[in-house]
Amino acid sequence: MSLQPLRVAALQGDEAVAEAVRQSGVDVVAAYPITPQTIIVEKLAEYAAKGNLGGEFVSVESEHSALSACVGASLTGARVFTATSSQGLAYMHEMLYNVSGMRLPVVMAVANRALSAPLVLNADHSDMMGSRDSGWIQVYAENVEEMYDRTIQLFKLCEDPRVLLPAALNFEGFILSHDKERVRLLDDEPVRRFLERPRPRHRLDPADPFTFGAMATPETYYEFRMQQSEAMETALHVFDEVERGFEGISGRRYGAVDAYNTDDADVVMVINGSAAGTMRAAARGLNAAGENVGVLSIKLFRPFPLEQVVSHLSRARAVVAMDRSMSPGAPSGPVSEDVKAALQATKPVMSVVYGIGGRDLSTEDGKKIFGMAKEGSLSGSRSVMYGVKV
Amino acid sequence: MSWKELEAGAVVKGGTSSSYVVSGWRVKRPVIDEAKCTNCLICWIYCPEPAIVRHQEGKVTIDYDHCKGCGICETECPPKAISMVREP
Repeated sequence: MSLQPLRVAALQGDEAVAEAVRQSGVDVVAAYPITPQTIIVEKLAEYAAKGNLGGEFVSVESEHSALSACVGASLTGARVFTATSSQGLAYMHEMLYNVSGMRLPVVMAVANRALSAPLVLNADHSDMMGSRDSGWIQVYAENVEEMYDRTIQLFKLCEDPRVLLPAALNFEGFILSHDKERVRLLDDEPVRRFLERPRPRHRLDPADPFTFGAMATPETYYEFRMQQSEAMETALHVFDEVERGFEGISGRRYGAVDAYNTDDADVVMVINGSAAGTMRAAARGLNAAGENVGVLSIKLFRPFPLEQVVSHLSRARAVVAMDRSMSPGAPSGPVSEDVKAALQATKPVMSVVYGIGGRDLSTEDGKKIFGMAKEGSLSGSRSVMYGVKV
Repeated sequence: MSWKELEAGAVVKGGTSSSYVVSGWRVKRPVIDEAKCTNCLICWIYCPEPAIVRHQEGKVTIDYDHCKGCGICETECPPKAISMVREP
C-alpha cells in the first residue's frame, strides 16, 4: 500500500503522546498533572480549550480520582486516556487492579520517575515495576517517535475484544518526556480508520442496568483472574497483528523485542527503555573495535515475550540483564528475574542495576558494563549496583 | 464453573442484591411500635440497606429479608419507636 507523505515535526515526548491521543479520537481524558508527565495534560487541556480534542477533558483532584473517572467513562464504552508518573501512579495503585479486573481498555502514559523518599523528579522504572503485577499491558518506548506510535497502537490492542485489558506506555521522565526529537506524524484520517472498532458489549446504561466488577467468592475469584491471565497471553499475539496493521499506515514496526547482534554474541545485554539505544551505541563502538557483543531490548514487558527472549538469547555466551529499578532484598530486579526465569538456568544470567533516580548512563558506561561482563566481575547471584558511589 | 464460562470483568445483570436474602446475618431484629411511630422517615433515611419500606399511605415497615440487624434505626428513631429484639 502506498503511504501518504508524512508531516515531520520536532516534538517533546509528552507533546507527541498528546498529539497521538488527539488523533486517536479519545472520548474522555481524566488526568492530574505531575512532573514529568505534565506537558501531556497541559497539551490535552489546551486541545480541549480550543475545541480540538473531540472528547471531554475531566479535571480531577487526584490520581486516584483520575483513574476512577476513567473507570466510569470506559464503562460507557468511551475511549479513555490518562497519564501519570511516580507518586501519582502509586496513588492510582488500588484502581489499577479495578481497571484490569473490570477488563477496561484504558490507555495510560507513564513518564517513569523514581519514588520518594528522598524526593526526586528524575527517571527510573520503579514506579511501573511497583505496579508490575496489576494486570496492565506494559510497553517501554525508546524514543519520541515510538512513544507517538505506541500510543495509537495501544488503543487498538487494548480494545481488541480478544484482549480487553488496560495498557501503560512507559517512557523515562525528562529523558524521553521532555526530549525534543524528530517525529513523522500521521494524518488524522488513517489513524481514525486504524482505530475503528466494534461497539463494546456491555455499557453503563440506566435503562439496562448491569453490575460491573461484581463481588466474587473463593469459588469464582481465581477463575476471573485466570481469564485476565489468558487475555494477557492472547495480547501477545494480538500485539503482533496490531504492529502489522500499524505498519500498513506508517511504514514503521518495532517488534515486542528489538535484537541487535544477539546471534552468537559473546555478551548480550538485556534492557528496556531509552537506555537500550545507549547500550546499542556502546555495542556498535565495541564491535567496530573487533568485539562481538549484542543488545536485546524488551519493548513489550507485559505480556512478557518469553519465546522471543529465549530464542534471541539461546546462542549468547554470556547474558547480562539490566534493571532501572531497585528491588531491595530481592536477588535481582524485575527484568533480571524474568530473564532468569525465561532461561531456566540453561545459562547464568548476570544482573546489573543502573540509572536509578535519573543517574545518567553514558555510552562509556555501557562499554564498561560490557567489559565487566567479559572479565567476570558481574557474576554472582545478586545484582551489581553499577555506578553507585562507594 | 470453568473460567471459560464466566462473563469477563465480572459483569452481571443489575439488581441481583434484591434477590439475596440476608436475614440470617441478624442477631436482633428491629420492631416498630406503631403507637409511637410518627412516620417521620428518619429510619428510612439512615437505613444503609433498602430495608425500611415506605408505603404509599406514609406508613413504614421493615423488609426483614434485607435487614442485617445493624440497629441504626433504633439509635436514630426520634420518638424511640424502634426496639431491637433478639431473634429466636
